[in-house]
Amino acid sequence: MTTVDWLLADSPSSRMQARLGRWYRIFRALLRNPLAVIGGIIVLALIVIAAFAPMIATHSPIAGSLSERLMPPDAQHWMGTDELGRDIWSRIVYGARITLAIVALVAVLAAPVGLLIGAISGYFGGWTDRILMGITDIFLSMPKLILALAFVAALGPGIENAIIAIAITSWPAYARIARAETLTFRNSEFIQAVQLQGASATRVIVRHILPLCSSSMIIRVTLDMAGIILTAAGLGFLGLGAQPPLPEWGAMISRGRTFILDQWWVATMPGFAIVIVSLGFCFLGDGLRDVLDPKQGGKR
Amino acid sequence: MNALQIRNLSVSYGDTRVVDTVSINVVRGESFALVGESGSGKSTVLKAVAGLAPQWTGEISVFGQPRSKGIDRAFASRGQMVFQDPYGSLHPRQTVDATLSEPLAIHGLGGQDARVQEIMAAVGLDRRFRFRLPHQLSGGQRQRVAIARALMLEPKLLLLDEPTSALDVSVQAEILNLLKRLRREKGLSYLLVTHDLPVVSFLCDRLAVMREGKIVETNTVDALKRGRMTNDYSRELIEKSALTTSA
Repeated sequence: MTTVDWLLADSPSSRMQARLGRWYRIFRALLRNPLAVIGGIIVLALIVIAAFAPMIATHSPIAGSLSERLMPPDAQHWMGTDELGRDIWSRIVYGARITLAIVALVAVLAAPVGLLIGAISGYFGGWTDRILMGITDIFLSMPKLILALAFVAALGPGIENAIIAIAITSWPAYARIARAETLTFRNSEFIQAVQLQGASATRVIVRHILPLCSSSMIIRVTLDMAGIILTAAGLGFLGLGAQPPLPEWGAMISRGRTFILDQWWVATMPGFAIVIVSLGFCFLGDGLRDVLDPKQGGKR
Repeated sequence: MNALQIRNLSVSYGDTRVVDTVSINVVRGESFALVGESGSGKSTVLKAVAGLAPQWTGEISVFGQPRSKGIDRAFASRGQMVFQDPYGSLHPRQTVDATLSEPLAIHGLGGQDARVQEIMAAVGLDRRFRFRLPHQLSGGQRQRVAIARALMLEPKLLLLDEPTSALDVSVQAEILNLLKRLRREKGLSYLLVTHDLPVVSFLCDRLAVMREGKIVETNTVDALKRGRMTNDYSRELIEKSALTTSA
């Protein structure tokens, strides 16, 4: 029996095999979607570049030589140099680390909080629901970037504060989704069956409701990554995100603005990086939606 | 001692009284049926006993122990419910193994592996189904899983909410035979809700006919088979049922 047969076995013989088999099926379905594959490659490339930045970068991202300022792209500087003579390619490579850190931290901070608040709100209903959703709505009704700006202004500029500000502004959407999902199966018979067995509310939420919300949450988070990157870049552009000399892509565009007519590459190259990575996450999220959607889960 | 004793049970949703002063005794080891048309309140009686319809008045006691309103952890090992729709009563993302182990995990009981295998054998599920997800099972297999889950805590009272009506006719017979065998082997008592009179005559000893929230007649299944039901409405119901069955 080959590994593939083992993974796709109709009647798995252990929990591990059943779980691996399910992941393998999802993976195969994802591979059948060309856009998802492109998205996956972009995201994977981002991770690899961030991990091996010192090996991939050709120059130092921080030290430049003023004799080489604002050089157009050539063999030596693949994406040209900026106004301080720093190699733009190397800065973008190191900037991938910052972008990835922002995206990962926001996802880790905001998604679980939103998920939990939404599930609790939907499961208990009544006053719990009204209070939690009231708070959610207050956050949701404010424009994301403006709210993030206000937080950063209050906390002080810097990359950590930008991450906190973005996380604070992005959890309400997740809470809303998780609540809506929870409501659809709160009264379903499989939840009633566990309740009848004497399961505590914590157990019902954690073991039975959250797993059902998580796939739509993964999709939503992946789709939101593009927005998170743009918000971070926006904060960087306004000078409230990463501080110089950190090579944050938004801040790089902001610096290049002065030279946009004569030295187009200074602002364009980090702009490309933002667009490509945002697109990558969008494609991947879209592909994941097709594969993980619970309504289609039974058919695959 | 009675397996289940219900005295003057009334359930209201808002101003509508769905169940009106219903009294039932289910003797230990007996299989008792509640029959009636849809909307007669028979399922609500079952839900009140299970704890899923907590707004009731009256008295319910299970094996001599008074039943609190709402869901109660101690009741879980005395009585369990099997739902009508096996497609909706199993968690779509949990394997048979996870579904069956859950009651044991909730009550902190050990030996899960052996118990799961044992119960699967008891309900006639092949062991190769153990790590399958519900969508990989047929309706009959799902209902076997649901019955197995209800039996995990070894309750002596099973509340059956039309356990076969969502299944194919050929599978219905299998599940009914299973329920009959389990009752004999494990000494269970059943409270069965159904509108299907052949199911009642196959599986039950006594029945109560419900109409608009009230019990109009309680009689033996023997009387049902011999056409000796006393109430006019019961006789009407039997005639209707006979027409649809023969048609």
